[in-house]
Amino acid sequence: MAYKILTKKTLNPQVFLMEIEAPAVAAKAEPGQFIILRTDDKGERVPFTIADFDREKGSVTIIVQVVGKTTKDLEKFEAGMELQDFVGPLGMPTELEGKKKVAVIGGGLGTAIAYPQAKKLHAMGACVHLIAGFRSTEFIILEEELKEVADKLIITTDDGSNGLKGFVTDRLKELLKSGEKYDEVIAIGPLVMMRAVCAVTKEYDIPTTVSMNPVMIDGTGMCGGCRVIVGGETKFACVDGPDFDGHKIDWDLAMNRQRMFKELEQHSFAEGTCRLADRKN
Amino acid sequence: MINNDLKKTPMPEQCPSERNKNFLEVTTGYTEEMAVNEARRCLNCKTKPCMNGCPVHVKIPEFIAYVAEGKFEEAYLKIKETNALPAVCGRVCPQETQCESKCVRAIKGESVGIGRLERFVADYHMKHVEDIIEKIPSNGKKVAVVGSGPSGLTVAGDLAKRGYEVTVYEAFHTAGGVLMYGIPEFRLPKDIVQKEIENLKKLGVDIETNVVIGKTILLDELFEDYGFDAVYIGSGAGLPSFMGIDGESLNGVYSANEFLTRINLMKGYKFPEYDTPVYIGKSVAVLGGGNVAMDAARCAKRLGAENVYIVYRRGLEELPARAEEVMHAKEEGIEFKLLTNPTRFIGDDKGWLKEMEVVSMELGEPDASGRRRPVKIEGSEHILPIDTAVIAIGQTPNPLIKKTTEGLDTNKKGCIIADEETGKTSKKHVYAGGDVVTGAATVILAMGAGKAAAEAIDKELSE
Repeated sequence: MAYKILTKKTLNPQVFLMEIEAPAVAAKAEPGQFIILRTDDKGERVPFTIADFDREKGSVTIIVQVVGKTTKDLEKFEAGMELQDFVGPLGMPTELEGKKKVAVIGGGLGTAIAYPQAKKLHAMGACVHLIAGFRSTEFIILEEELKEVADKLIITTDDGSNGLKGFVTDRLKELLKSGEKYDEVIAIGPLVMMRAVCAVTKEYDIPTTVSMNPVMIDGTGMCGGCRVIVGGETKFACVDGPDFDGHKIDWDLAMNRQRMFKELEQHSFAEGTCRLADRKN
Repeated sequence: MINNDLKKTPMPEQCPSERNKNFLEVTTGYTEEMAVNEARRCLNCKTKPCMNGCPVHVKIPEFIAYVAEGKFEEAYLKIKETNALPAVCGRVCPQETQCESKCVRAIKGESVGIGRLERFVADYHMKHVEDIIEKIPSNGKKVAVVGSGPSGLTVAGDLAKRGYEVTVYEAFHTAGGVLMYGIPEFRLPKDIVQKEIENLKKLGVDIETNVVIGKTILLDELFEDYGFDAVYIGSGAGLPSFMGIDGESLNGVYSANEFLTRINLMKGYKFPEYDTPVYIGKSVAVLGGGNVAMDAARCAKRLGAENVYIVYRRGLEELPARAEEVMHAKEEGIEFKLLTNPTRFIGDDKGWLKEMEVVSMELGEPDASGRRRPVKIEGSEHILPIDTAVIAIGQTPNPLIKKTTEGLDTNKKGCIIADEETGKTSKKHVYAGGDVVTGAATVILAMGAGKAAAEAIDKELSE
């Protein structure tokens, strides 16, 4: 089975999009689910959230930020080349039924993950307020796509380089103070950002869904590496999630577990050599 | 000419202080002379008690008679009549509780080394004989097998030989199941497993990796959309059990599944040549006393841990692991902390495991399993300083298929309910066997279940 890269597009200096041929995955994919890929037979199994899918074309899109060895390797892949392994869709789809008005909040790359949910909500007739936060203007991604699915779109930058300075939580607070009411808030991004959003929505008692992306191997419930504590219970992000009630997550623990392999990963990132040159295709 | 030696011909092996630093196979296998010598210990009993101890009924005295005559390939073909994976079984079967436990020679002295001979024969074949496998003409019927572990591979092989078009679906990127992700290289070299799988492919079996049944394809769709006539579920016991004690999610605490998969399937022991890291501390506690625990402990030692402990709540007699594995572990410097039960994990201020609180136990009355129940000794709490823990207290079946399939009955433990003789489940044309039915057990029992199910599937589809 070959998993061919159909298109590759640079979105910002650190982020690129890849559309991959995987008809079986595309046939079942729903917003909120993820895939696991390997670049080659020495590669690590790395999960990526499904950013988009096209059932007719049989393709799945992922959006990648270069943060480690695998993503650095992936960056060297071009359209026409093939990935070694690509499996999914894994995890539970986000529950979107019955929501009338939703605030979708994306932090950095998390915006790419929040996009399919906003898109589906919009298609289902819900009112979508979308807040996306980036470090500065040059890192803004998917602006056109977001505009199409959002009834209100607010893009904010940490340094104010796009004219609106501040964090997504500042913007959310403003909306809530101005009297906006939401059935739900969906927050996807770095753990610190999701935790901060949850602190805000807790005050207003708004149900808040977050998407967790912990270290995992198989993605089918086998390794238990992706365990998160939700409401005092151990859950596996791969099969019980990746979406969870953000007000119930043990954030300290989640942040801690994210650091378990950090040192080794940095070693691999710094020392590891890309094996792409040895490939035959 | 019978060899009257009361002991088995010793198995050559790497010396413990060397092998606990590498992942090469521990035992190196009989030479031809050793094999013939050992085969001559077999009395070739008419009643063949050993065969009754084998879940796949290998014709043991017959193959051993060939070995005694130096006809190694004939011996191989004899084993292959009933056992699809002799190189695997010769290495990982618990012969001491199966075939060898019934051996007449064991009444006075040691049994014939049946497992060692099986391994020798299989290795001899792999080394000297090029397999000529021809695809069997199709009988037009299609069977899907879920999972490519020992039971799935057995079903696939048996049915392919009878002309069925078999597709095996594997969730991982490599076929082999527990033979690849669970059992370490030093006990079962992965080349051997892959060679067996290549042979199945030559037989015409189609192996689709990266497909999760219950996610990528639903079980019912295998019938409706893919046109299979029967489905065999051999998806194993992949869900790790945790202790449910404090601190279990601290950094440094692994499930045995995660720890072993990183090392074996992902080749974490070759990091950074391979990308998957495996963190290993200075002092490692492996919780549990089964073969998985022994594997994890021996891996930890090989990865450079200074102290490796097996922490088990019962005594030496009750260890469920094979005696051979326990012995190997001890030789390699694994320390056994028996009658010891963990009560909590304690972390440092950065969230890393730094020690484990344990209590001492004593053995009370026998419980339902017949083993004496361990009872806590009050006030015996003490601290074991460790920075890595591996929880190896068991696995249960993965619920993915159960959750997405209607009409498939399971028991309280989440195991699929299947007829013991045939593997038939509550759902029409769906069979199951191996760990997904029994809970975590052995490779050979899973193969036995696969064999029986293949027979039953053939019977049903031929009607």
